[in-house]
Formats: sequence, structure tokens, C-alpha cells
Amino acid sequence: MNKTKSIVLGMALASGAFAASGAMAATTLENVKEKGHLQCGVTSGLPGFSQPDEKGNWTGIDVDTCRAVAAAIFGDAKAVEFTPLTAKERFTALQSGEIDMLSRNTTWTLTRDASLGLNFAGVNYYDGQGFLINKDIGVDDATQLDGATVCIQSGTTTELNLSDYFRAKGMEFKPIVFDTSEQTVQGFSAGRCDVLTSDRSQLAALRSKLADPESAKILPNTISKEPLGPVVRQGDDQWFNIVKWVLSVQINAEELGVTSANADDMLKSDNPNIQRLLGTDGDMGAKLGLPADFGHKVVKMVGNYGEMYDRNVGPDTPLGLDRGINALWTEGGIMYAPPVR
Amino acid sequence: MTESTMKPPKKALTPVKWMREHLFSTWYNSLLTVVVGYLVVTSVGPLLNWALFDANFQGADASDCSGAGACWLFISQRLNFFIYGFYPDELQWRVDIMFLLLAVAFVPQFIERFPGRKWFGIFGMTGLPVIGYFLIPGGNFGLETVESTKWGGLMLTLILAYIGILASLPIGVLLALGRRSEMPIIRGLSVVFIEVWRAVPLITVLFMASVMLPLFLPEGMNFEKLMRALIGITLWQSAYMAEVIRGGLQAIPRGQYEAADALGLGYWKKMGLVVLPQALKLVIPGIVNTFISLFKDTTLVLIIGLFDVLGTVQSTVTDPAWQNVAVEGYVFVAFCFWIFCFGISRYSQNLERKLDTGHKT
Repeated sequence: MNKTKSIVLGMALASGAFAASGAMAATTLENVKEKGHLQCGVTSGLPGFSQPDEKGNWTGIDVDTCRAVAAAIFGDAKAVEFTPLTAKERFTALQSGEIDMLSRNTTWTLTRDASLGLNFAGVNYYDGQGFLINKDIGVDDATQLDGATVCIQSGTTTELNLSDYFRAKGMEFKPIVFDTSEQTVQGFSAGRCDVLTSDRSQLAALRSKLADPESAKILPNTISKEPLGPVVRQGDDQWFNIVKWVLSVQINAEELGVTSANADDMLKSDNPNIQRLLGTDGDMGAKLGLPADFGHKVVKMVGNYGEMYDRNVGPDTPLGLDRGINALWTEGGIMYAPPVR
Repeated sequence: MTESTMKPPKKALTPVKWMREHLFSTWYNSLLTVVVGYLVVTSVGPLLNWALFDANFQGADASDCSGAGACWLFISQRLNFFIYGFYPDELQWRVDIMFLLLAVAFVPQFIERFPGRKWFGIFGMTGLPVIGYFLIPGGNFGLETVESTKWGGLMLTLILAYIGILASLPIGVLLALGRRSEMPIIRGLSVVFIEVWRAVPLITVLFMASVMLPLFLPEGMNFEKLMRALIGITLWQSAYMAEVIRGGLQAIPRGQYEAADALGLGYWKKMGLVVLPQALKLVIPGIVNTFISLFKDTTLVLIIGLFDVLGTVQSTVTDPAWQNVAVEGYVFVAFCFWIFCFGISRYSQNLERKLDTGHKT
């Protein structure tokens, strides 16, 4: 046992040493520029967040977050290569330098932020766990779910949140665990459980996969906080700032009414906030090590946050998600970005 | 043909007699026939309805699927992705050439008396991988580079399986010879290699290659994930192959070795000309078994985020624009695998028949 421990410790130390030596080498921005593209880690297929379309192009809000960073650096939103990663691999891929940033539906938690050598560069989607129930059981609120059988996907934080929630409320539940999300839906569809639980962003999509979507409804309760956002390696503050501010620029652009359609006209705007955002005034880009017009490029090529949201997960997409708490702070949501000045 | 080897006369049976003899010979056989017949009749109809008569084959998007039967439209819409993965559209001709060459090399093997089919086979083992090595990744002869992260779908499955099969056979032969060698160091190393690699599951090997290995390598020395997976699969597979071949080596009678020695043949000539040709022929079923299981094991690369044909299907069946198309997707994958595995199996039976020298009883 002791031997095993010392081997594991040795491995950890060795990997730590390599990670440290890596940090002293060229900065991430220099590496990315030299490669000529951004290497971005995404999921291996999650509707609305990152999924290949008919032609094999990646689409989704996480994918667009990567494209925005590429647009900021190269002025070309297509200068990204995507690495599909499983949940288990994602952090190693980032730590080892295989990818430059991780934009993979990853929840920002203290443990991850503090102990994995990573930094969360913001939130591009506020998610939370919810319930999909069979209408026949006649429940309107999650507090009435005592004794319910629940379909869950194994190995996710969903499972832990669920037992936390039921324990806190002093309720019992019977879990039925499945490996993949399709199986979970099949199980629910076949009546093996009364309730299906998953991130709210996925519930609508899962519901549309049911043989009769009208037979099920989504409960209003949200039982966990899942702030999802891009992640970078710790120890390169410039790169951390770039990813953080590209996302902030997109959110500020929505607030200021700058869209991909009017980005060129807005260059003539008299509003000093818009001038700083699009780079016609001040030297915001230089402070980050980016071209002066990076904000203009980001908004023109990828769009502001609202466009990115509507295109991938918004009400007109198959996911059909209302903005909810992801609306701007000025419109009743909590999407708030520090000012570009 | 002498009288003693003559076959018994054929029994000519009328259909009714045949049925009585085979289906209704005793009361319990009759009962089984009725029950099984009922199950077949009740299940085949709905299955055909689902797969063919009520199915949707044509249309432009998800709304053209009625939902009454299978939505094959989903497969045809995504076929390009399932076959080529992220390989750029305008460069897919390079992959098509490889598919064509693969067919040219192996289709003749199924046709008896095809002129020079042996040479086609040899080309498949030597020329084909070399051409593929230059053509698929590009980067030379003025071909545009296509990073291995863009390879996917059926093409990736075939690359993994083909290289795994092609590389593991010679390594396996060497390991098997090493394990039976009289030199203690070589024997020891072979035994350790085989026992270590054979004792770990492929999933562990792949995880090690994709998750742990990058942490130990210095920054900047990243070899591609695909390369790491390929090396892992090949080493793992060659350990299995070695044991299959060792079984063949052990089946060769001592007299064969001694006869070769008596002829004054050196070690490599003895093995290459006398022992291995006989040993390999004996274990063709075992080798093919290993090949087929490797072909199917390649789907495990899914867990390290490589998109083989199963991975491409799994990543797209969750698309909310379509109804539940998971069954269609998996049926398609099963069909792809069945075609190739069945092909390998038929080919090996062909080979066995051709090489048969009357040892089989």
C-alpha cells in the first residue's frame, strides 16, 4: 500500500515538475500564434453546446466561445481546431498542453478551480439541474417527489446533486442509473421511472426525444447551480485575461446593442463605450496583447452574447430555451460583464 | 472413387415428408415448431414494416420523417460525416482512392482463378499502407496537410483496424519465437512483454495513452492522440497474437524441427521455410478470431474522444432536431461492422481451403 502511494506521489511530482517547466516556456498566446490556430477542447456531442452538424462542422455555444477567441487573436473565427474530449480526459488535456482552452460544458466549482491547476475564465451559460416528470403522476413541485423512482445518467455530478437534494428535504428516492443520455430517455419513455433528472439545458432536448413529448413536463425547480464556462491553464495570466475579456466583450456588446449585423456601422458611433469596445478609441487590445480591433472582429464574426445564445440554444432552436437567468442584468437576468475601459 | 468412399444415396423427400421428419417428428418438436413459428411470424412483420415499408428514405430534413417507421433519412443525411468524420469535403477524394485501393486489393481474393490475385493481396499488405501513409495525412507531394484530429468515422475505424492488424502480426510472430527461444534474455523479455500487455484491459491501455502519457512527456513533445492510441492498440494486440502463434508453433512435431536442422538450415531459414508456414496455417482460425475482435475493439477509442464510426453516430443521435434516431444509428453501425467482420471471416475460410494439404480430418 505504501509502495503504491509513493509511486502515485512520484508520478504526481513528476507531472508537476513538467507542468512547472512548461510554464516557463513560451506563453500560450505565442504558441497559439505560431501554430496558426487555436486548439480548443469541446464535448464529444452535446446538443446546443458542441455537436457536429450534417457537414461535420462543430456548432454550439461552447464552440462559438472558442471561435470568438480565435477571431480576437487572428481576426479569423475559423482558425480553431476542435478536440472532442470525454469528461474524464478534459482536465488532463488542458494541463498537458494538448489544448489551449477548454470550453466543454464544465461547471465552475471550488475544487476544480483550486486544486487542478486551472482557472475558470467566466461563465457563458448558467445552468442548473431540473426534473422532467411524467404528467400522469400528478406532481407540480419537486418537494412532492418523495418515494419517486428517478432515471439518472451515471458518473455525473447530477447523481450527487440529486442525493444531496433528497437528503436535505428528508425524502426517499429510488435511483435507476443509465450509461448514456439516450438510454436514460429510453428508460423514462418505457415507464421505468417517474422522473428524469438532468441539466435544465438538456431537459427540453431530452423531452423532444420521447415518443409522446406531451406526456411529460419540466418541473419549475432548479436543485443545483451549474455555472458553465471556458477554462484555461493556471500560470499564464495574459492568456487567462484574453479568454476572460473576449467573453466579456461579447456580453458588453449585447448590452450596448452592437450585433454582427451592425458592427461595421457602429464603428462610426459617438458612444465612448462602443468606441472602446470596437477599438476605435483607446488601446484596449494592446493591453491584452491583441490587435486594437479585436472587439470588432469578435462581434462581427461570432456575434454578441445574445446572438450566440439565440443561434445555439435560444427559443427558435430545437432546444428552445428561454433566456431566463442568462438574460442581461438589465433585463432581469444575471449576465453581467465588467466594463471595457 | 472406390466403393468404400462412395457417399450414401441421397434421400429424395417430398416437402410434406421433410416437414414431418424435421419439424414434427415428436410431440415436443411439434410444439417447439408451432411456438417458434408463431414468434417468427409475429416479429418479422413489424420488423419489416419498421425497417422498410413504413420507413423514410427520402427528404431534406427531420420533418420528412413520419415517425411510423425507421428514419433512414438521418443516416443518408449524415453519411458523409459517418464515413469521413471531419475530413475536409474537397479533399475526400484522397480517402475515396484508399477505399478503392482497398477494394482492388481484397475483392479479387474472393474470386477463384482471378489472374494474379496473390499480387493484389501482397499489394494490400505493402503498397496500400505506404500509399495511405502519404495520401491521407498529406503534407508532401503538394498535398494539403489534414491533421489526424480531423479523421473520423468509418475511415478512422478502418485505419485503426488495418494498421493494428498489419503491425501486430509480425510483432506477434517475433514475440512467439522469442518466447520459445533458448536464449534466456530474449525469452524473459518476451514473456514479460506478453504477460504484461495481455493482463491489462484495452481500455486501461487507451486511458494510459491518452490521459497519463501526456503528463509525463515534456511540454511541446506531444504526439498525436491517434498515434498514441495506435501504438497502444498494436502492442496490446501483438501480445494476443503471439500466444495464438505460439499455439501453432507447439503443434508442429519435433521431427520437423529436427529435419530442418538435419538439412543444415540456420535458425531463420528453419523457422521461415519449415516451421512457420505450417504453424501459421494451423492457427488461421485463431489469428482471424483475433483480427475480428481487434476490429470491434477499435470502437473503444470512443472513450478517449476519437470519433470512429460508432463515435460519429453517438455524437449525432442526440441532435434535438431529429426525433429519436438512436436505433437507426446503431443499426447502421452494426451493419458496417458486420460487413467487414463477415468479409474477414469469409476470406480466412477461403485461405484455409486454399492452403489445405490434408491435415484436417
